[in-house]
Amino acid sequence: MENRQRLQKKDGVKVPDPTTPQTKGRPRLLLMGQRRSGKSSISSVVFHKLPPSETLFLESTARIQKDSLNSFMEFQVWDFPGQIDIFDNPNFTFDMDAIFGEIGALIWVIDAQDDYLEAVARLNATILHLHRSYPHINIEVFIHKVDGLSDDYRLDIQRDVTIRIQDELSDQGVENAPVNFHLTSIYNHSIFEAFSKVIQKLIPRLGQLEAMLTNLCRTCRFEKAYLFDVNTKIYIATDNTPEDMASYEICSDYVDVIIDFTEVYGSWPRSDQWRDRLEAEPWTQQLDDQVACEWAESGMVLADARRPIMLREVDRFLALVAIMKEGSYDKMPQINMNVDVVVKGLIEFFEITKPKDVVGTVQGGLVSPGLVQG
Amino acid sequence: MSYFDTTTAAAPAAGAGGDSVAASAAHAQLKKVKKQKVLLMGKSGSGKSSMRSIIFSNYLARDTRRLGATIDIDLSHVKFLGNLTLNLWDCGGQEAFMENYLSQQRAHVFSNVGVLIYVFDIESRDVERDLATYVNIVSALVQYSREAKIFVLIHKMDLIQPMTREDVFEHRAVLVRRKTSEAVAIVHKQTPSAASTPPDTPPNLQLFATSIWDQSLYKAWASIIHDLVPNLSVIETQLASLGLAIDADEILLFERTSFLVVSKWTSREGERNPYGDRFERMSNILKSWKHTCSKYTGTPRNAEQFSDFEYKMGTTFSMFATKFTTNTYILVCMPPGEARFNSAKLNVAAARPWFKFLDGPAVPTQTGVAAAVGTPDG
Repeated sequence: MENRQRLQKKDGVKVPDPTTPQTKGRPRLLLMGQRRSGKSSISSVVFHKLPPSETLFLESTARIQKDSLNSFMEFQVWDFPGQIDIFDNPNFTFDMDAIFGEIGALIWVIDAQDDYLEAVARLNATILHLHRSYPHINIEVFIHKVDGLSDDYRLDIQRDVTIRIQDELSDQGVENAPVNFHLTSIYNHSIFEAFSKVIQKLIPRLGQLEAMLTNLCRTCRFEKAYLFDVNTKIYIATDNTPEDMASYEICSDYVDVIIDFTEVYGSWPRSDQWRDRLEAEPWTQQLDDQVACEWAESGMVLADARRPIMLREVDRFLALVAIMKEGSYDKMPQINMNVDVVVKGLIEFFEITKPKDVVGTVQGGLVSPGLVQG
Repeated sequence: MSYFDTTTAAAPAAGAGGDSVAASAAHAQLKKVKKQKVLLMGKSGSGKSSMRSIIFSNYLARDTRRLGATIDIDLSHVKFLGNLTLNLWDCGGQEAFMENYLSQQRAHVFSNVGVLIYVFDIESRDVERDLATYVNIVSALVQYSREAKIFVLIHKMDLIQPMTREDVFEHRAVLVRRKTSEAVAIVHKQTPSAASTPPDTPPNLQLFATSIWDQSLYKAWASIIHDLVPNLSVIETQLASLGLAIDADEILLFERTSFLVVSKWTSREGERNPYGDRFERMSNILKSWKHTCSKYTGTPRNAEQFSDFEYKMGTTFSMFATKFTTNTYILVCMPPGEARFNSAKLNVAAARPWFKFLDGPAVPTQTGVAAAVGTPDG
């Protein structure tokens, strides 16, 4: 893989791209943008669960911060210091292949509350640079810090940024560059929603996953189902009913509640006497046989709409969260059985799509020794 | 001061349905509605009204930006459980008002006070002056309500770097303690009649570091509330017998609107839980969950948001939270096991009449309730 990338660069000739980009293995997310645009805050909030209010104390990033994220897929998140221009740096030349070779998506952060003209200009330059050698890279523009702005103003900014970028690109003869725009803020769910969209593009055979969830929703009469990455609250798939921010928010907060409860009551070891007592009279059964499901399962009935929410852990990283229709709490046993089947299917799915051989190549080739290995 | 003397404390087994004489004595006590005067004071802009809105009116922390300055005294009656009403005096903190409280309104403001909550802004530039005002307030308080408890909240701690928070707080706490003793000493010197009581009795003072952005606020308010709740010993003993009957690891009882922990019971195994801050954490989690629900369902923030919650985490633990009495929610943490879980749910439902007194002065008879709660294999 490495060699092919080199070849590409040396000859300047586009090798016809295989249908799937090189995102198998460990897709890398690159966070770039002007300094103080909020890159480190984003990665701390999304990947390290830092409370948004604490990001005030984050220091400016001086060198590339590499994080690896262990989840259903292994991700790397690289946080670039904003003051460094990697394409035009007199002191140091960056190994472009090492940076962009294995990339899944480039996330460009623009501070919407600041003068963004320079940021847009740099983004344009970056896109033009990358378009030549790495045309398959998804470029995701996060128009960030929009929490303080009115709805109208947000859309105005988004329109303005979009037009500026598209005009510039078409002037340079680049049409249909894969650029997407998201309005984000770390103070609400929008940043997680945006990351969800970014990551979903990197999942092989996403359609299959969505089909499974759609099917589950139909049989169990769920209103909406999400497959969550528990650590980051990013959803990696949902059923095919229209997007609905409100249901994402409540499901994602539900995951939060469960995580918090688990931390407080489930993260410390119980004593042996405790276990012995529970397995003694009148139960006389192994503790493992006393429970119905070895993974976490939960349900909640809302007082108002009587719409229950359910959650089921799929594996260490993933959880299925669904909003049910009114009154379906009584049919819980049937629903549980259906969910069981889907969960088995999901586990199988990830077993099949898990990259096996690619990882070896990557580790031998592109990964620099200083990198955090999963 | 207290409406409840030794009779309540002497009847710990009343709830368990043992001694009928003690039980009826407790009932007589239960009927009284307790009104408590709570003063909320501190410099202007220190965050008094913000915390009040968060705790009692279900504001989100970021919504408090909308609040304006409090003019004079904002009186509110907060119904907390059925038989406790908090008479909350939110005192505007601008200097003109403060002087007024200390002079013309002195007797009006400071008499019959149950609790003084004094809020210090940690970011304040003029610490000396803040402390001087505080000394004046405390002297007025000691003069008119000798028994009143003082809670000092060092507020806006989120603005201090996390590393240095503890040091900053300790430093300030030492200052406040010293000033409080000074204030008390001054009063004793001025009023020789008070000389009969030893002047070195430390005033009833507790300090907390708080911030509206995390659970620290709940910790402080839970301990403020804890001392005010009537029949606390009855609640505690009944909670304990419920906990033992259903084989729980921990039971928390929350007030419905504020989600402050009213009472709790923990088994011996539960005591091994390394998270000492879990009670205020639960308040915080459930309260923010309530916000999410209200946003989703479009119902008012103070409305009831969920009725039932259950969570089983494999072989580690299981838990459920449910609406308990009209004014309370209960959260039960259990050892794992389906049968154990289901019988516990039924037993908690059966135990509701035990706690009816939480809802108001009218106490229904409790006969036969204890029999309804069987052993888990029932």
